[in-house]
Amino acid sequence: MRDHSRPSLRRILLAALTGTLFAAATTAQADGGKRPPVPLLPQYQQECASCHTAYPPGMLPVASWQRLMKDLPRHFGTDASLDPAVTADLTRWLTANAGTYKRVDRAPPEDRISRSAWFIRKHDEVAAATWKLPAVKSAANCGACHTQADKGDYSERNIRIPR
Amino acid sequence: MNPTPSFSPRSFSLRAMAVAALLASTALISAAHAATPAGMLAGYTSQAGAPASAARGQQFFNRTHGKEWNCGSCHGAIPTQAGKHASTGKPIAALAPATNAERFTDTAKTEKWFRRNCNDVVGRECTAAEKADVLSWLQTLKP
Repeated sequence: MRDHSRPSLRRILLAALTGTLFAAATTAQADGGKRPPVPLLPQYQQECASCHTAYPPGMLPVASWQRLMKDLPRHFGTDASLDPAVTADLTRWLTANAGTYKRVDRAPPEDRISRSAWFIRKHDEVAAATWKLPAVKSAANCGACHTQADKGDYSERNIRIPR
Repeated sequence: MNPTPSFSPRSFSLRAMAVAALLASTALISAAHAATPAGMLAGYTSQAGAPASAARGQQFFNRTHGKEWNCGSCHGAIPTQAGKHASTGKPIAALAPATNAERFTDTAKTEKWFRRNCNDVVGRECTAAEKADVLSWLQTLKP
């Protein structure tokens, strides 16, 4: 049985973490309520963004990044293999910057960002016809609407939905 | 071994040799990055042991090889122009050296992409002869 009469170490740590996150959130609020994007590792952009948007690491939890990086030769139907040293470097950076906040803490189906509950909710006002436009084509094509996606900026003010 | 640092002629020459080795390896690395499309074609051709054929390269590039995609699925049928990734829609800069001077100037990068993309398109790595054919066709293209 656990002793609930005194705060456990885990609870103290949790309280400290919550305090830190709250403080960070409050600071970020001061500059318009937007969390500044994590600067993207140049090597990540070079290796991953040749084929797709350099998705911010915070959009997937650690478990998803680890699975994806272990299976690069079979990456959503294509061979995205890298040499072991580069794979290790990128995995280290992705897991260090992976999403930890509540809406990203669970791995989405197939580790696809676009199947995350938060992603679906945030895009529920985008018409089905818009997704099918040649300029959009795929939910992976963030830059079709998020004009600053290549810089990790997904803020509302930089959205231009093609017609 | 003498644990204290010394500046005897012997250790100086060791240091000089180390510096020379470092400079030489740096030169080798930059030489690897300063590859040219013509040099790469010569390399693949000599590995293949037979002359390259631009016509065969064009055909190889434009046909499918038992899988869903051909080379043009992502690079576009006209490789002097930009292509678009077949599944993500991400723009891909032109492949032909005539319109994209960065292409085929880094051996490691070229090898990495041949390895991945041949696996996607052909289901195996490409042979040196196939690479030579495609590269020789790409080098015939004008803007």
